[in-house]
Amino acid sequence: MTSRTLKAFLLGAVAALSLSAGAALAQDKTKVAFVYVGPIGDHGWSYRHDEGRLAIEKAFPGKVETTYVESVPEGADAERVIQQLAAKGNNLIFTTSFGYMEPTLKVAARNPKVFFEHATGFKRAANVATYAARFHEGRTVIGLIAGKMTKTGVVGYIASIPIPEVVSGINAFTLALKSVRPDAQVKVIYVNSWYDPGKEAAAAKALLDQGADILTQHTDSPAPIQVAEERGVYAFGQASDMSKFGPKAHLTSIIDNWDAYYIARTKAVMDKTWKSGDVWEGFDTGMVALAPYNAVLPKDVVELAETARKDIIAGKRHSFTGPIVDKDGKERVAAGKTATNPEILSMDWYVQGVSGDLPKK
Amino acid sequence: MDIAASILVAVMMAATPLLLAALGELITEKAGVLNLGIEGMMLVGAVCAFAVAYKTGNAYFGVVAGALAGVTLAAFFALLVLVLLTNQVATGLALTLFGIGLSALIGKGLVGQPIPRLPLLSIPGISDLPVVGPLLFGHDLLVYLSLALTFLAHRIITRTRLGLTLRAVGESPHVAHGLGLSVRRVQLSAILIGGALSGLGGAYLSLAYTPMWAENMTSGRGWIALALVVFGTWRPLRMLAGAYLFGAMTLAQLHLQGLGVPIPSQFLSMLPYLATILVLVLMSRDAVRIKLNAPAALGKSFHPDR
Repeated sequence: MTSRTLKAFLLGAVAALSLSAGAALAQDKTKVAFVYVGPIGDHGWSYRHDEGRLAIEKAFPGKVETTYVESVPEGADAERVIQQLAAKGNNLIFTTSFGYMEPTLKVAARNPKVFFEHATGFKRAANVATYAARFHEGRTVIGLIAGKMTKTGVVGYIASIPIPEVVSGINAFTLALKSVRPDAQVKVIYVNSWYDPGKEAAAAKALLDQGADILTQHTDSPAPIQVAEERGVYAFGQASDMSKFGPKAHLTSIIDNWDAYYIARTKAVMDKTWKSGDVWEGFDTGMVALAPYNAVLPKDVVELAETARKDIIAGKRHSFTGPIVDKDGKERVAAGKTATNPEILSMDWYVQGVSGDLPKK
Repeated sequence: MDIAASILVAVMMAATPLLLAALGELITEKAGVLNLGIEGMMLVGAVCAFAVAYKTGNAYFGVVAGALAGVTLAAFFALLVLVLLTNQVATGLALTLFGIGLSALIGKGLVGQPIPRLPLLSIPGISDLPVVGPLLFGHDLLVYLSLALTFLAHRIITRTRLGLTLRAVGESPHVAHGLGLSVRRVQLSAILIGGALSGLGGAYLSLAYTPMWAENMTSGRGWIALALVVFGTWRPLRMLAGAYLFGAMTLAQLHLQGLGVPIPSQFLSMLPYLATILVLVLMSRDAVRIKLNAPAALGKSFHPDR
């Protein structure tokens, strides 16, 4: 039994006690709940979702009541936690990790009057909407920066779990990297966790020892930034501005900004206009943003990055513009075309330049 | 820095928290007490070390706090098993669960805060030598301390009267009691030393390995430390080899991935644990050797009046 299961258990007890009292109060305030996969202090993924929660409170003072449960494992516990939140009289529940998809759908079927918002998934229902950000747009920009800043031409990529979101990020990064540095190579290490500082740090060291001189990560802790700072190399942060963990190493971070979406969806519930949907936003709406560039970046590199960002917003540039050939030489995106959204969301192949193979299904 | 040297340094870092905690458990078990609360003591040690380092800005105060936190939890354990004569296995497991919860509670506001790393004790000139420099002269206090204490423990256990007393208590508390030795005092000291070392192991994680606090950041290292004691057949120097082997396996799986070896990453993640089980199985074939070194009265409650 971990503290997480204990938390879920206590939550259940509290929910049972407050059920009768909650029903009477539920009508005057819109109740919004959040389920996070990590601690809100991870300074990455969960932290940014919690900032979104606080933005809701700020936008509707006195009209909303928000709650959250942090560090909920993606599995059986998640279903219990989401069910308790639904039973507690919440009107809108955000489940903020890929692995919550099935639990969310199950609970949603049992609670047709509660609205659910699931992040980064692909299955929906009448009362379950999905939302995600086009993080690969951010990865394209940092890939360009990495291509300009690497000396060895080897970039280390600390990845979490081999799912399409992570794979498309690796590919977007690699394509951009190779567009400025054709001989570059990306070494990927999966730590099989979203948040395990010890393992992320060890992976960062292994990558540096294998010749990488820039690190980027798709895991949520700032441990790799700390390693980069210690070893005197550059790194990119994840989800929020991680510069305080490595002021010299931190070049920029891809920032997730959920505030506007969360406020809009809460408003929709208040106005009774909420509808299930599938939102996928990027630089254009600000859902994906970049932390301030480190002052060590030369002017031309910043210019390159900013131009790419603006071109992506204007639709002049796409992370996956053909011709794209995968590692085995198979053409995946034809010349002159761009990958479609379903293609990106189900990506299970590497582009050339990524070392190692994806685990086969 | 030379690649081989830098990998070896990483291995030493991965092994140090295991070595410290395992050494503590070894001393506790030599006195005949089985403390399964290592994981809990490490976590509380880690969070207290971090909290003090964060508040004072000095990592060395953190080291002391980590050890003291371990001692405090161990004292609690000692009260239960030595005075109230509770079952050692159940009490130890409870201590682990208690430590996980308590550390998360203490660390509530500390998640995601940066602290200065435990300083490296480099010697100008010598530490800059290729290979030898970083490998032998580029570590922090706790790496050296873990090695020094291992050799010291080996020396004390095998060569001194104090070691003989410790072993006598672990082999047969009744005989030791009959000889006029204070069994409970020896066992209490061993438990407290064990707590201090587990706390130091935890402190190493939150001050040096990844200078931050994260809930459950030991991620099972306490249990590995427990296995290392058996792995080393209750001998400090063999345990040292085991800890370094385990550290090497942890890094090997990451390196294999980085090199693009076509093995599923999930399988590689199991590798260190698989290796531990394999070695334990190989060791267990020679039952005599284990019996010779395992304290005969391990895990049994002792009361002078019974």
